[in-house]
Amino acid sequence: MGKILQVKDLELSFHTFAGEVKAIRGVSFDLNKGETLAIVGESGSGKSVTTKSIMRLLPESSSEFKSGEILFNGNDLTKLSDRQMQKIRGKEISMIFQDPMTSLNPTMTIGKQVMEPILKHQKISKAKAKEVGMDLLRMVGIPNPEARFKMYPHQFSGGQRQRIVIAIALACNPKILIADEPTTALDVTIQAQILELMKDIQNKVDTSIIFITHDLGVVANVADRVAVMYGGRIVEVGTVDEIFYNPQHPYTWGLLSSMPSMDLAEEKLYAIPGTPPDLLNPPVGDAFALRSEYALQIDMEQAPPMFKVSDTHYAATWLLHPNAPHVDPPKTIIERMKTFRGSRYYEQATGGDA
Amino acid sequence: MVKYIGKRLVYMFLTMFLIATATFFLMQTLPGSPIASYNKLNETQRAIVEKKYGIDKPKPVQYAIYMKNLAKGDLGTSFVFKGKSVNDLLATRVKPSFILGAQAMVFGTLIGILLGMLAALKQNTIWDYGSTFFAILGVSIPSFVFASLLQYWVASQWHLLPVGLWNDGWKSSILPSIALAMGPLALSARFIRTEMIEVLSSDYITLAKAKGANGFEIAFKHAFRNALIPLVTVLGPVAAGIVTGSLVVEQIFAIPGIGEQFVSSIMTNDFATIMGTTLFFSALLIFIIFIVDLLYGIIDPRIRLSGGKG
Repeated sequence: MGKILQVKDLELSFHTFAGEVKAIRGVSFDLNKGETLAIVGESGSGKSVTTKSIMRLLPESSSEFKSGEILFNGNDLTKLSDRQMQKIRGKEISMIFQDPMTSLNPTMTIGKQVMEPILKHQKISKAKAKEVGMDLLRMVGIPNPEARFKMYPHQFSGGQRQRIVIAIALACNPKILIADEPTTALDVTIQAQILELMKDIQNKVDTSIIFITHDLGVVANVADRVAVMYGGRIVEVGTVDEIFYNPQHPYTWGLLSSMPSMDLAEEKLYAIPGTPPDLLNPPVGDAFALRSEYALQIDMEQAPPMFKVSDTHYAATWLLHPNAPHVDPPKTIIERMKTFRGSRYYEQATGGDA
Repeated sequence: MVKYIGKRLVYMFLTMFLIATATFFLMQTLPGSPIASYNKLNETQRAIVEKKYGIDKPKPVQYAIYMKNLAKGDLGTSFVFKGKSVNDLLATRVKPSFILGAQAMVFGTLIGILLGMLAALKQNTIWDYGSTFFAILGVSIPSFVFASLLQYWVASQWHLLPVGLWNDGWKSSILPSIALAMGPLALSARFIRTEMIEVLSSDYITLAKAKGANGFEIAFKHAFRNALIPLVTVLGPVAAGIVTGSLVVEQIFAIPGIGEQFVSSIMTNDFATIMGTTLFFSALLIFIIFIVDLLYGIIDPRIRLSGGKG
């Protein structure tokens, strides 16, 4: 499995009237060919900014790459010119946005919008592009595309519009599809349909997906690997099973504990106390320390490096340091870990391997 | 769509009727009468003149007669230009006014749109500030000041164009058109700038960028039509502004147009001509607003459909 995209030590700031907002503070991750990587985190954790910076869709006037690189096909995307980026956008990397109600142009027919990337990036005739466009609409489940080609976005429902946006994103068989909370604005039944469609599509066209969400239920459904973001950094990354059943970072514990569960009859849903860090003046050590009941003294002084848990699983918390005191995660997390082979709570017998 | 247009036509007709009625009675409250200046007339002569023009009859009767003639398309006879019908009087004056108005409208909105686009695309640069400055000038300086300035500098100091009158072909129309166009120009520049900036930050523009569209395609294929929608709604008031502006500007440049006629007819209490010009201006405006509404539907597909059903 080759790496299709490598983000290395990416740092990005926004220049605002209040000062420099350090939105991304050293993010590194790889995207493998054909996999779905979910990036989860609360609002303001930097997940959307990370993906928008891959596409270079952030306003050039107010955002600035401080350091790091985004390697795609041997090119560093942070260094490409506008013109070079235009050739990559929509062709090699494409994107699905959060709100389908506003992401289609209201005064342009659906057909034109679907055909646009095809005509832009492929040298084919209009008639051929129309055929391709209709096939795409059929593939994403828009019935009778011949008639619907001439219609405008307001004549479609939210779910249908998101299907159309997906069709546009897939128009040129992109190598990477970035889905920025594609189901957040939809109601639950439509959410399920769209997720089903995306999984379906990944089987048909061999594309890698970066899936941004704050919904852990969705993550379990679609992702192969998960990166947890907090305060402009990735704090834990691993396979879905590793993140769900052997989480190491206190923030991941918090996230998982605040998920409603079917089997645990808790009276009140857990919520992580406090508010996200102010990235105008980011905290010195572990950004989550101030909200964490497991914080150590060193968390306030020095940011933790990534500790290796397994070949695929890394977490940035001082709790994994050999000299760290032994800390038991919350009860619900221990319950989860009991079912994970390789976790230190597995059947109470096997010890921790950290 | 046909049903919608039919409905609109009925309303337009009703509006005209109300305007005619209101103007007729309001005019009766004007001080003086068309023959007040004939002070050499004795009682008998005055009675003869009043009888000739039909102003000896009671007001409601006069109104009934006027409306009857109006229904036939007859605007009556001028009190001042002896024996000339108001229809003929207006007919000779429509052309200069129409040319000025149309040129001002087209030139004003087009240049305004260009300036607005430039300001929005080069936001917070010298282009933006320059065009905003220009737009503020256009809004705040009344057209008669512009007209006088143009007349003084371009015509009488630099001798580039005629000072006034309508006897030098198209050249005569340039300065008055520019003076009239300043208002629409400033207004459309401001509207387009605000709207373009708003549209350029919308999700579908980000999606267009994500498709790989370049700056030109984003501005003209995606943003422009959407930014145009609110401007279309103010085209009606803009046209009204040009009509009222023409009253003053035609006077300043001594253009033999309808606006100039309107002003002089008020000066001379020429009732029939005042009525005629008022009704002409009203009809024109109502028609323009109707056209603008149709245009709105063409530009915005969301309006088109609901309009068709309604």
